[in-house]
Amino acid sequence: MIKHESIETNAALLVILTLIVVSIGGLVEIVPLFYIDDTVEDVEGVRPYTALELRGRDIYQREGCYLCHSQMIRPFRDELLRYGHYSLAAESQYDHPFQWGSKRTGPDLARVGGKYSNAWHVAHLNNPRDVVPQSIMPNYPWLLQTDLDYSDIQERMRALKRTGVPYSETQQEYDANVAEFGAAAADQLDILHAEENLMHQALTEDYDGQRGRITEMDALVAYLQVLGTMVDFSKYDEGYFADFR
Amino acid sequence: MSQTKTSKPSAVQTTGHAWDGDIQEFNNPLPSWWLWAFYATVVFAVVYWVFYPAWPVAGSYTKGVMNDITFVDSNGKSKTTHWNTRSALLRDLQESKTAVLSRDYLNKVAAASYAEILGDPEMMAFTRSMARGIFGDNCAPCHGSGGAGVIGLFPNLADDDWLWGGSVGDIQATVKNGHFGFMPAFGEVFDDAQLDDIASYVLSLSGHPVDAAASRRGKAIFQTNEGGCYYCHTHQATGLKSQGAANLTDQIWTIADVNGAADLAGKKERVKQVIANGVQRRMPSWSERLSAAQIKLLTVYVHELGGGQ
Repeated sequence: MIKHESIETNAALLVILTLIVVSIGGLVEIVPLFYIDDTVEDVEGVRPYTALELRGRDIYQREGCYLCHSQMIRPFRDELLRYGHYSLAAESQYDHPFQWGSKRTGPDLARVGGKYSNAWHVAHLNNPRDVVPQSIMPNYPWLLQTDLDYSDIQERMRALKRTGVPYSETQQEYDANVAEFGAAAADQLDILHAEENLMHQALTEDYDGQRGRITEMDALVAYLQVLGTMVDFSKYDEGYFADFR
Repeated sequence: MSQTKTSKPSAVQTTGHAWDGDIQEFNNPLPSWWLWAFYATVVFAVVYWVFYPAWPVAGSYTKGVMNDITFVDSNGKSKTTHWNTRSALLRDLQESKTAVLSRDYLNKVAAASYAEILGDPEMMAFTRSMARGIFGDNCAPCHGSGGAGVIGLFPNLADDDWLWGGSVGDIQATVKNGHFGFMPAFGEVFDDAQLDDIASYVLSLSGHPVDAAASRRGKAIFQTNEGGCYYCHTHQATGLKSQGAANLTDQIWTIADVNGAADLAGKKERVKQVIANGVQRRMPSWSERLSAAQIKLLTVYVHELGGGQ
């Protein structure tokens, strides 16, 4: 048996034993989620982000949006009334890292997609007080002025592919995506065509209202507008989701 | 203080360590209230393991006993599960006192016609309080918490001017389906002098003292196929409701901030900008996000905000 005194007077031993004790809590809480069968709900519609949405998500993280905005609607009645259906684990299965957050200085954004127009997001990100006088959110004027750098989009997608996000590079992977997500979505997940897909989405949808120009605003608004829109909840019985807990 | 303590002889034992020769550490027992609180949390945890989902076992986990939740699923069938937050939410929605109370009112309002709701003070009181929250969560970010909107971006709902119609039927259709308000950009079609003329004519419609000759030239463009403005704004310039076209004969401006300009030249410049750049405004559809009953409440609320038609 190790004596109290010998632990306290040996810094290395103290650090090692502390790590072991602390990690037990983490292991017991986290590891079972990887093998418990009903951790992630079986739902249709959740797909990885398109190239443009992915760049928007990177900007979301770069600007630290997650510090004030959560993306996790909890199963409580007040949250349901304000934000919509509670978040499913399946909805963040392709998020690395997930953006659940832990602080709501601003509102939850898990279902902000489609809630407001693109023009609202542009005006609001540029200067929130133009549309919400009482807002304390900072201005992000550079989003509208900075051209989006997407030169490394393929590398970004490859990096996520390593973590298990099914972006495709080979014909075989592409075919698997067609079977899983449908042809239209599978085209968007093709790493080799990432630049042209990104340009096409940004120029046709023109999120930032500046024709012919692809800015960081285009990417961020594209990302915000897809949040929480992938699952069609009218297709599922409410009791179905309860079976996964 | 520490000095006085260490210099006095004490009945409390020390841990036996000595640092730097004379720094010692008392070995006081933990306060008993703290110790008992700690034991209580241990007992609480063990009780919790029994009644709530807790320990992982193979591909599943212990589900807890004597703590089942029964709720009615979307098909009307009664369903019983072990305790979990999702079932607890469903039960809360179906059985909690406030949820039942508001559901009874909601059903009553959903079954009533607009005329019945508007004529019934009790239903109106419920509508106002409930719709206020729905409006705040969903509509206020664009239209403002009081419905005043943002000039140039989002229409004012608190006045009695309605682009897409202000009857309850019109408002309900707007909330349900959303709208795409579109005016083409004429900046490439007409030169600066012509844009100036059209702006003069538009301002003359609401009684601004503009140059009569310019206004006449502008009228010729507005009222003929050359500009085709009348397609949507009509010959009377009161605006076509089906296109969401603005009434240009009143003093209410939702896109060009005419009333905010200091002088006539400034007002004309603002109108000119709108004609040159066109307008694209999109309101999302709410039919998927809000229930039919919620849309009904909102319709009445918005109708009342501006003194609807």
